[in-house]
Amino acid sequence: MSTNENTKTATPAMHRSVGMPGHMKIIFVVLLAVLIALPFMVYPVFAMKVMCFALFACAFNLLLGFGGLLSFGHAAYFGMASYVCAHAAKVWGLTPELAILAGTVTAALLGLLIGSLAIRRQGIYFAMVTLAFAQMVYFFALQAEFTGGEDGIQTVPRNDLLGLFPMGDDIVFYFFVLFITFGGILFIYRITHSPFGQVLKAIRENEPRAISLGYHVNRYKLTVFVLSATFAGLAGATKSQVFHLASLTDVHWSMSGEVVLMTLLGGMGTVLGPIVGAVIVVTMQNYLAYLGAWVTVIQGVIFVIGVLMFREGIIGVLSKIFKKPL
Amino acid sequence: MFELLGIPPQVLLGQLLIGLINGSFYAVLSLGLAVIFGLLNIINFAHGAQYMMGAFVAWMLLSYGGIGYWPALFLAPVIVGVIGIALERVLIARLYKLDHLYGLLLTFGLALIIQGLFRNYYGVSGLPYQIPSALQGGQNLGFMFLPNYRGWVIVASVIVCFGTWFMIEKTRLGANLRAATENPELVGAFGVNVPRMITLTYGFGVALAAFAGVLAAPIYSVNPNMGADLIIVVFAVVVIGGMGSIMGSILTGFGLGVIEGLTRVFYPEGSAVVIFVIMAIVLMIKPEGLFGKSA
Repeated sequence: MSTNENTKTATPAMHRSVGMPGHMKIIFVVLLAVLIALPFMVYPVFAMKVMCFALFACAFNLLLGFGGLLSFGHAAYFGMASYVCAHAAKVWGLTPELAILAGTVTAALLGLLIGSLAIRRQGIYFAMVTLAFAQMVYFFALQAEFTGGEDGIQTVPRNDLLGLFPMGDDIVFYFFVLFITFGGILFIYRITHSPFGQVLKAIRENEPRAISLGYHVNRYKLTVFVLSATFAGLAGATKSQVFHLASLTDVHWSMSGEVVLMTLLGGMGTVLGPIVGAVIVVTMQNYLAYLGAWVTVIQGVIFVIGVLMFREGIIGVLSKIFKKPL
Repeated sequence: MFELLGIPPQVLLGQLLIGLINGSFYAVLSLGLAVIFGLLNIINFAHGAQYMMGAFVAWMLLSYGGIGYWPALFLAPVIVGVIGIALERVLIARLYKLDHLYGLLLTFGLALIIQGLFRNYYGVSGLPYQIPSALQGGQNLGFMFLPNYRGWVIVASVIVCFGTWFMIEKTRLGANLRAATENPELVGAFGVNVPRMITLTYGFGVALAAFAGVLAAPIYSVNPNMGADLIIVVFAVVVIGGMGSIMGSILTGFGLGVIEGLTRVFYPEGSAVVIFVIMAIVLMIKPEGLFGKSA
């Protein structure tokens, strides 16, 4: 079966799309340069928070923008990974890379479990099913012993990386987070621009035709669901190491809504959109925090405006202006 | 008196009653979602916020206008329904030609706005709403004590649910509505004003949510977040029942409320998640929902 699929995808057009186009290379290099300089210009914890959410939004966009599946429950993977990572670092004393790995694997398994059920429905039912399961995970986090209920897991230690390098300094830890999040985003880019990504696109555009071409559509959907949950988990686990904290906020439905907002605002289905959306939403929350509940109202207004007149998102509009996929 | 597995009957029946009351809210809310979905093809994420608005409007009518429970039971759904109609005309109507997911995102945004605004002005601590004097006290049924108001919630919900069912399944208006659900172009060609019907249907669905909100006001405290978590459970109810059938929504709502109540007796830790577990089982066995047609 696998050789069969290889011949099917090995058309010249797809070969061309596999390599990164020149303008994307330039953008990624510039982005990396900015990110290396960033902790010396802004508060490093804030920069790390933005990067974790950028990875989270990219993971979500992998499912929505490329798989065409709107999940309203991505907080489940983000939050559970954050809890498991915090628990692993605090109670088991694991090093950061192993604690983050533990959280990420948990998210992947949870994604496999929920995904295999959720892909049985489509469209808005899919959204409702994922939201409902995420709420179940939320109740679990609220009641379970190890999550600490309303308190969450606090004062999570940042142990030595690989057991060798102290990570207490935020600037030092920043570069570890940069490695994880930037690597994760590049990996997601690679997935979406692989033959697998092309098949996903085909399924999104015309599912019956993809089935008639012999693709196991559900296997592809489940794979992209698990991948998306995994990277969401990677982001959540990393975030709990950044803040020394895992709490109910990370697993609440409003977190699922926020990642939808970031992706919608930046531009779903674009490479850079979720990153831009994450930067804007996190910055807005940070600087408008004193407004209290008005932040929720503002987010709602952005949702409404975004859906009514700005469906391509910021990067979607820019990529139309420059006539290049961004 | 009989005892079941060591559970005293008072406890069992008491939880069954609470289950039936929760089931009443599930039924009225999932019914509203199903009615809206049938014609508009969108999932109204703002349904929980509109349920909350119903409770708040009743509270405001009493606090600012001195208007009591019984007029509020009629006025609050009308007021919230009219607001819903305005939202449909100004915002939601622009989305009918797009992917249905945009409707979900738009109404999610509306829910955030409504909840945020109420949180801003009224905080999250909750406001008390008195049980109307005619329904205070309760009946001693011999085997248990039934508070009058709780009995009334169940009766009122059943009446509203079956009234809606009757209107949609048995009247000429309902026949037009069902026809428009199947094929709006054809019904329009027969001279029925379909866009107006869509608007009024949305208003009606929203009014149902607000009605449930007024019923809930004296039981739960009136609180900006009261609809947010409830609506997610109602989504699960809707997935379990499937939105194809009006009667299906009603029966699923009441049934799941009762099951949730029973779970609280036999396995309290599981009561918060039992509906989600049932949803998982239904997705495995009959993905289109108990009363649903194919996806």
